[in-house]
Amino acid sequence: MNEMTPPKEERAAALKGLGSSRKRVEDARFTQGKGNYVDDIKLPGMLFGDFVRSPYPHANVKSINTEAALAVPGVVAVLTAADLEPLGLHWMPTLAGDKQMVLADGKVLFQGQEVAFVVASDRYAAADAVELVEVEYEELPVVVDPFKAEIDGAPVLREDIAETLEGAHGPRRHPNHIFTWEAGDKEATEAIVDGADVVAEEMIYYHRTHPCPLETCGSVASMDKVNGKLTLYGTFQAPHAVRTVASLISGIAEHNIRVISPDIGGGFGNKVGVYPGYVCSIVASIVTGKPVKWVEDRIENLTSTAFARDYWMQGKIAATKEGKITGLWCHTTADHGAFDACADPTKFPAGFMNICTGSYDIPTAYLAVDGIYTNKAPGGVAYRCSFRVTEAAYFIERMIEVLAIKLDMDAAELRRINFIKKEQFPYNSALGWEYDSGDYHTAWDKALETVDYKGLREEQAKQLEDFKAGKTRKLMGIGLTHFTEIVGAGPVKNCDILGLGMFDSCEIRIHPTGSAIARLGTISQGQGHATTFAQILASEIGIPADDITLEEGDTDTAPYGLGTYGSRSTPVAGAATAMAGRKIRAKAQMIAAYLLEVHDDDVEWDVDRFVVKGAPERFKTMKEIAFASYNQAIPGVEPGLEAVSYYDPPNMTYPFGAYICVMDIDVDTGTTDIRSFYALDDCGTRINPMIIEGQVHGGLTEALAIALGQEIAYDEMGNVKTGSLMDFFIPTMWETPNYTTDHTTTPSPHHPIGAKGVGESPNVGGVPCFSNAIHDAFRSFGLTQSHMPHDHWRVWKIANELGLHN
Amino acid sequence: MIPAAFDYHRPASVEDALKIISEHGDDARVIAGGHSLIPMMKLRMTDIGHLIDLQSIDSLKGITVDGATVKIGAMTTQHELIENAALQTAAPIISEAALQIADPQVRYMGTIGGNVANGDPGNDMPGLMQCLDATYTLKGPNGLRDVPAREFYEAAYFTGREDDEILTEIQFSAPGGGYAYEKQKRKIGDYATAAAGVLITKDGDTCASASIALTNLADTPVYCEEAVDALVGSSLDAAAVSAAVSAAVDASDPGEDNRGPVAFKKHAAGIVIRRAIERAIERA
Repeated sequence: MNEMTPPKEERAAALKGLGSSRKRVEDARFTQGKGNYVDDIKLPGMLFGDFVRSPYPHANVKSINTEAALAVPGVVAVLTAADLEPLGLHWMPTLAGDKQMVLADGKVLFQGQEVAFVVASDRYAAADAVELVEVEYEELPVVVDPFKAEIDGAPVLREDIAETLEGAHGPRRHPNHIFTWEAGDKEATEAIVDGADVVAEEMIYYHRTHPCPLETCGSVASMDKVNGKLTLYGTFQAPHAVRTVASLISGIAEHNIRVISPDIGGGFGNKVGVYPGYVCSIVASIVTGKPVKWVEDRIENLTSTAFARDYWMQGKIAATKEGKITGLWCHTTADHGAFDACADPTKFPAGFMNICTGSYDIPTAYLAVDGIYTNKAPGGVAYRCSFRVTEAAYFIERMIEVLAIKLDMDAAELRRINFIKKEQFPYNSALGWEYDSGDYHTAWDKALETVDYKGLREEQAKQLEDFKAGKTRKLMGIGLTHFTEIVGAGPVKNCDILGLGMFDSCEIRIHPTGSAIARLGTISQGQGHATTFAQILASEIGIPADDITLEEGDTDTAPYGLGTYGSRSTPVAGAATAMAGRKIRAKAQMIAAYLLEVHDDDVEWDVDRFVVKGAPERFKTMKEIAFASYNQAIPGVEPGLEAVSYYDPPNMTYPFGAYICVMDIDVDTGTTDIRSFYALDDCGTRINPMIIEGQVHGGLTEALAIALGQEIAYDEMGNVKTGSLMDFFIPTMWETPNYTTDHTTTPSPHHPIGAKGVGESPNVGGVPCFSNAIHDAFRSFGLTQSHMPHDHWRVWKIANELGLHN
Repeated sequence: MIPAAFDYHRPASVEDALKIISEHGDDARVIAGGHSLIPMMKLRMTDIGHLIDLQSIDSLKGITVDGATVKIGAMTTQHELIENAALQTAAPIISEAALQIADPQVRYMGTIGGNVANGDPGNDMPGLMQCLDATYTLKGPNGLRDVPAREFYEAAYFTGREDDEILTEIQFSAPGGGYAYEKQKRKIGDYATAAAGVLITKDGDTCASASIALTNLADTPVYCEEAVDALVGSSLDAAAVSAAVSAAVDASDPGEDNRGPVAFKKHAAGIVIRRAIERAIERA
């Protein structure tokens, strides 16, 4: 190294690569209101679409009269199922192998279902005309409770498949039954449960909620009848998959479809699926020859686009007297609503619910999931989690608490004695997963020590004493959670969506002056991909992150990928980025060796350059190499410096974490006050600590909302009770507590940079942690289980039923 | 969330506003801050042909404190109520309550007149005005008339205001003594699960006067006369406070909604009322 070369550390820092808390490059435009969202798209002559929706949860549609609506000035068309049928588009396939009505075909199956699509010159005319479409309904009895879907005399919801006994996921035992999915060893598990020292049994309900992204769903379709090209802008978490699906169902050749996901204002799983609005905007554009925009409002978003959770999980957990868990049994009744529109890999109709053995070494387990149709909106998406992983984590983390009560043990200690040990990784779980890496004991001990767990328990005991002595009306709850996620779907051999393997991709072009552009098959919805993926590349190819542009979301320019959800971007596209970077570096090495007049093997990588081994004063920087690649004729080496990588991960990644929440509960009003929340996350290699912290804060706040009040509730008639933000809880700054974040680092052994993904961890781990705190506060009064959401009146009800108001 | 078409009027005087009302009758509605009316229009739950925006009528704005007499123009915003120093001295319970209404963005637009005139049982100011024994001034084609807040509310969204009248001003006497406005809500921006306003003055150790009113615990605000009787003349001892709390809870008549069932609401109301009384006593 000559005197001109700054030290390694200085050069590495200048790259702002892995580990740098580089500021988000996206924020300059977002904080100035300069983002470009779907509703910002304005095309010449653009029309607007709006839906007529069903006020009834279950009814026959006797007739639709569009005459008055068509007479409204500015109204161009009113589409009904009858108009879509000749195109074969009155129904569409769902991601779960079912089909869904685009517009009501003879009947409606949930309140808010799309019945007709009005197209007009502006939003106001469209909304006026929606009021004037006359629909004659004949009300039918409803199924709201999934446990009553199969009783004698239950109304048949899906008459279209009433006689179809074989569903997409095996046999159906009733017209309202969708599938039964099993994992593990039923017989062995039941034998263990029957013969165990101790068995704790409980029904754990994870209620129906909704991802509720800040930006609702929408699309702008523009069919150019001259060149036959369809351009579709939309709120898509998987733009490439949307292009393929759009081609398959519309018959338009795939090269004639360009899908663009512009800036997306949050997705959280809500924007993975395909909605009737997208299809109707496309058809309307084809019919009218003009661009057609559809953007739903908040009520439409909450009541008709994909919900999350709604799992009734009956559990049995068996253990020895000493607390060693010997078996886990779970039967889940999954309320899927009117159509099975879950967004899961094809072979996993209940997602990765079979991660429900959690962080524990449970030798024998069994899981069965029954999917059920009800008169509710379709969905079942992974709301800031990998497919059904939050449900699984909530189930096991509640069951551990229930078992601790049964054993009269401390729940922290019960976890500790059952954790999978560090030396057991890679660990094969009883339900079929291979956990890549983990060090749960270290994380757990660090968490307990940091919060002074022992001291907290003493304080809690003192407060309980004061409560019993009438000195306070507040109880203290300590919520514990140790979660393990499974993210990064996934290996193509077992994960696909509609037959599309779940790989992902990155394409890199290095410009002559040494800057670069990288394009990925994913799409950021707020995660900060443009910031973090440039950091991965910076460390791989020695070009500063600030000199790397990152693009996603345009299927005409970006390489094919399966999109962003299930924390898969970093594990899959992040890996593709690193691998593409390594291809760049391999070629750069040849160029450097040629320029330095040595053999390829005689140069070695040094942060941002190749140096001659043993002669550090002789080097070529990446900037020099980039320029050379465009202006030197190098024998045997093509000009230019580009690479593309399609990455099929060998396994999924298994981030984990230890969360501890301390809460005060007013037993008289049911109000809760979060005293502290400690979140230790282990997401393997940390790319940008600042972004990780932001992701953890955001995910925990969503978890707080879900645990303490957020729900999509239906009354017994099938009416949505929480269809607006008046009742659907989104925390403001005021309700949001302070969080303390921490980490350990256990890299993934199979990921090129060891990263595991983190965006969803806080939602997965946060919900059981908040919920466990509530339960813990009442444990000494005999509470074992009370369903979420723990809003004021339900917490009050716990206290009331335990006699604490007497 | 797209409203039907309407004509927009922005008169500069109350007289002009009244003239527009008389021209269009039922088809016209005045709008103050718009927090209730605009969502109703966007949901198409109300159909209004002529919207009369009062924001350019200067005579409807402002707060005057003249000795013990407080007058507040109907178009005074919640934010202005919170910021006004003279009002803070004369009736600090107003800012205590106003600060519990939604968030700053809402309070910059929301007005006291709109809040009390709409007759929404969820609004905080009607109960507070009953607590303060305020008087509303209404102006109509036949001139001015005054209606006590305690007689103004008939049922949810039904009030003593005639369709051709505009509520122009609110007047009350500075209460003195101790005060408290206590509210339980699910989140910022929510209506009360239970809320109570309490005023108490003492003469030595005896309660000289008291006022208690409830928000969102019935179809209308509830002025709790029997609860007041339980306090006045007492030494504000525990027995008197408990008697007042139970009388006030008895006077409430909440309905079940997403905030919870009646039993919970009554229980929470008891806690909220007790806290308000105890805080008012501390400050008296």
